[in-house]
Amino acid sequence: MNEAVDVLIIGAGASGAAVAWSLAETKMHILCLDQGGWMNPAAYPSRGRDWEARFFGDYSPSPNIRARPEDYPINDDNSPIKVVNFNGVGGSTVMYTAHFPRLHPSDFKVKTLDGVADDWPIDYDTLAPFFAENDRMMGVSGLSGDPAFPPTEPPMPPLPLGRSGAALGKAMNKLGWHWWPSDTTVATTDYEGRARCINLGHCTPACAQGAKASTDITYWPAALRAGVELRTHCRVREITTNEHGMASGVVYYDKDGVEQFQGAEVVIIACNGIGTPRLLLNSASGRFPNGLANSSGLVGKNLMFHPYAQVYGFVEEVTDSNRAPPICLWSKEFYETDLSRGFVRGYAFQFGRGAGPVMEAVMSEAKGILPWGAAHHAVFRRLNGHRLQLSAICEDLPEEHNRVTLDPHLKDIHGIPAPKVDYTIGENSAKMMEHGVARAKEVLAAAGATDICVNCPILYGGWHLLGTARMGTDPERSVVNEWGRSHDVKNLFIVDGSVFVTSGGVNPTSTIQAIALYIADQMKSRLANLFD
Amino acid sequence: MLTKPALTPAQRDDLRSFAAMIIPDSAEYKVPGADDPKIQADILATLGRDTEPVREALDHLARLAGQPLAGLDPARRETVAKEFRNSGGAATATLIRVVLQCYYRDDRVLRSLGLELRPPFPEGYTLEQGDWSLLDPVKARPAMWRRVP
Repeated sequence: MNEAVDVLIIGAGASGAAVAWSLAETKMHILCLDQGGWMNPAAYPSRGRDWEARFFGDYSPSPNIRARPEDYPINDDNSPIKVVNFNGVGGSTVMYTAHFPRLHPSDFKVKTLDGVADDWPIDYDTLAPFFAENDRMMGVSGLSGDPAFPPTEPPMPPLPLGRSGAALGKAMNKLGWHWWPSDTTVATTDYEGRARCINLGHCTPACAQGAKASTDITYWPAALRAGVELRTHCRVREITTNEHGMASGVVYYDKDGVEQFQGAEVVIIACNGIGTPRLLLNSASGRFPNGLANSSGLVGKNLMFHPYAQVYGFVEEVTDSNRAPPICLWSKEFYETDLSRGFVRGYAFQFGRGAGPVMEAVMSEAKGILPWGAAHHAVFRRLNGHRLQLSAICEDLPEEHNRVTLDPHLKDIHGIPAPKVDYTIGENSAKMMEHGVARAKEVLAAAGATDICVNCPILYGGWHLLGTARMGTDPERSVVNEWGRSHDVKNLFIVDGSVFVTSGGVNPTSTIQAIALYIADQMKSRLANLFD
Repeated sequence: MLTKPALTPAQRDDLRSFAAMIIPDSAEYKVPGADDPKIQADILATLGRDTEPVREALDHLARLAGQPLAGLDPARRETVAKEFRNSGGAATATLIRVVLQCYYRDDRVLRSLGLELRPPFPEGYTLEQGDWSLLDPVKARPAMWRRVP
């Protein structure tokens, strides 16, 4: 029998780690359960000669391909964008590009500004101190002074522009369009015990140098020092409730596959926009027949991905290719609404430095620009190490038919029903992607690139899992309130990307973590009447 | 105990012939073809989770060819390969990727490309700063983020 804890956090990724660390100062008994284990940097791909090949196997971004014991299957057959994530201590911060923009102030007021979707119940100014705190904890490198964003103060200088960044910056200047070196969680100086970046390049599937921030090496060491307990290889099946309609704890399978009960006074879910609705729907009971915290019927609905429109080409000069962190710049030229473009809201561009030889060969062969036969060698030498690429990361508006449900047949290794994703790209997003492709081609033309290729959308591009347990003040139109507490279950909180009301047009990890810190702060300030 | 080879002899023969069609050797660049014994051995040794789709692809190829690929005349071989590429789906894509990923990590090939024969860690690479003055016109722009009420 496990002793009941004060706070039980489910998930040790981006948001779970942040909320654990922030709550630790309360000295409550805090326990986090994660379905995965600690990462072993000695086994990371960039340490071996097969570093690129592993991207197609045990370090694939798709859980369905990767299929580690920590992963659960996801039926995404009915979606043009496949879900990608990582499971384990650190969650998807282990496997991400470390590109670290924040949502813009306008992203929180889309109904007021543009008449679509809904406003958030919180705003940028509310989150600003938590963005800054998160930047310090994760260790952000960047350059102050971006005219496209309110002032920020990244604690480390930006990554070098490199050859690719300079070539792309030059092209953007020809067009007179905004660009800026990206905020990134890749450390450019030694920082809080982390070694600085040495340009391993293959950053996305985990950083062997430890220069890229993942919460297993940022928040978690601090949280553990402060007394938080982290129990690994524990997969939660369901959240239980008592006769008062309050969460009483969870049922989980431990590392030996043995079913366990863990009681808790407060339960916090941090399982991402797919895992969180899956858990809530799997927690249906006589008292909550449609799933826990689902009186609104919105659990699992309004899934937003950020459809990516990727365009790339090849220039005569040598680019950085795989010899540097993959993303170097962003552009917000088309971020804010301009109705003359034919759509509302907008997108950011993120600019890539290139690819390694295997990736280049595989992608170029698939696109038909790398021929078979005698011509192969000459063409490969023209392509390899000469790539420039950019992606429009498009704001996805919430639509209820884009949803996560439980698959009636598919189950994980513990027999727990797996999530099923039904998703289509909306008309507004499609127009935005088309616009992004056209502008990206102009950028590449200005850079002198040829052999232009398009991936629209990026098939395995469902990194950002948002909106499936949205926050709001109206219990009929939202799952959690403006500080992350379930409207239905007063001791149940959600702190991950599920609570996003709208998606913005940037990578969400920074905002997810700022929200987690904000919710933790709200909880701390309301401890005396947390359940009122 | 002997373990069963991942591919039958006939499948290995077709794999070798097919790999050479994708990447033949080149005297000009001083590189082997993808049918080179070392590269083929790497493919077979590291098939792992790709074994099933590769088998499936090679079975499909065998059905299209009707006989060992190497026995077809060059024109027919080209036709079969094209049809295989167009009709093989995910399994064919996996087979091609497996050939490419083993070819482009071979020492002789990397040397010819001017790439170092090592993994990224622990040495890493040098990234030049680039010309930061390029950012001057952007810095001169007025604030462009949208104010909210």
